[in-house]
Amino acid sequence: MEAIEYARPNTIDDAVRRLGAAGARVLAGGTDLLVQLRGGYTRPSVIVDIKGISELRRIEQTASGFRVGAAVAGAELGAHAAFAAQWPGVVEAFQLIGSTQIQGRASLGGNLCNASPAADSVPALIAAGARCVIAGAGGTREAAVEDIVTAPGKTTLAAGEFIVEFLFATPPAKTGDAYLRFIPRTEMDIAVVGVGVCLTLDGSGVCTAARVGLGAVAPRPLLVPAAGAALVGTTVDDAALATLAAAASAACNPIDDKRGTIEYRTKVAGVLARRAAVAALARARGQ
Amino acid sequence: MAKHHVSTTVNGDQVEFLCETQQTLLDVLRDELELTGTKEGCGTGDCGACSVMLDGRLVCACLVLGVEAEGHSITTIEGVAKGNDLHPIQQQFLDDAALQCGICTPGFIVAAKALLEQNPDPTETEVRFWLAGNLCRCTGYDKIIRAVMNAAAKMREEA
Repeated sequence: MEAIEYARPNTIDDAVRRLGAAGARVLAGGTDLLVQLRGGYTRPSVIVDIKGISELRRIEQTASGFRVGAAVAGAELGAHAAFAAQWPGVVEAFQLIGSTQIQGRASLGGNLCNASPAADSVPALIAAGARCVIAGAGGTREAAVEDIVTAPGKTTLAAGEFIVEFLFATPPAKTGDAYLRFIPRTEMDIAVVGVGVCLTLDGSGVCTAARVGLGAVAPRPLLVPAAGAALVGTTVDDAALATLAAAASAACNPIDDKRGTIEYRTKVAGVLARRAAVAALARARGQ
Repeated sequence: MAKHHVSTTVNGDQVEFLCETQQTLLDVLRDELELTGTKEGCGTGDCGACSVMLDGRLVCACLVLGVEAEGHSITTIEGVAKGNDLHPIQQQFLDDAALQCGICTPGFIVAAKALLEQNPDPTETEVRFWLAGNLCRCTGYDKIIRAVMNAAAKMREEA
């Protein structure tokens, strides 16, 4: 068997060049890739470790918002006080992934590109309106997070492309985000349903914008525009929350498995969306 | 392809080793450096038996490639005691009988030490959540949690 090569490029251009090889795989935190390697599910020709590239490892606050490198680990993002204050829902979603040990390694880029429908950080990133900067042979491009995953294990990234960083636009005042996950235990499990909500209020407490991301209830994480629209123009009262819950349930197209039946996941999606919206609302009000 | 020549720091000592790309840090610690205190449980990042510190951050050695250690600093269970003096957490595990078969113990001690260094006075809930990635099939966890809480209290008194 051919030996697996290892490359640790220091620049995006060099990484693009190395990832141009047939059978190349990206290594960020390794919490999915090393499990696949050990299980014999993948046999790359070359493993391209992207952690040597400074753009992938930084958290930077700019005039327009935050840039978060795709290889930044959960423990690192959680320790960044300014980011955690602005995007608590993104941080709480990211930090639900695995154990303390996994948090020392797992990255946002890896969680997205592993393309699990149940990835915890993805609904929160979708709700936050995060965008990806993607590098490839043709240069860099931007895409919304909700446009990356197409099916379990499948993404819209072309061969050789990889995510460099995530962009978070500075939200308007009175914006709050939240992520809730349902699992049958308290820790270390895969979402039965995950919901991210981000909403903005005006001075009188009327919702002016809302985005809802849903995970684990369809072949890919979803942006649910109808659920967000249910809140806009309201004070996020009971009637609006009921409409949001119904829209979230209506967007579901889940699998039936040991974690939850179709009927159960569909119902829980509505309940959890409502609770996540209430949590986001409290944060938007500064509570 | 030739093996990778890796220079790194393990428990404060400069070490060098040769490894293939797919060898994990856990493989290297145990098989190349003969530091067998770090245990292999699942090999897939679920059980925490191979917990080590990588540049001051708690990780599973089975989810790190050996070649990634180049230029970094690693602390294993072998680096926890000072000579013949056990670390207070190690002593407390003995005093509180917080182990039976012992396979999970090095991982629990490395993980607990990482917690107490950043949070010297954790609640029981904080200890349980921090250690949720360390599995023990013998003790039922209570004695482990108690040992960590007791060690924390003693370390606070000594501090």
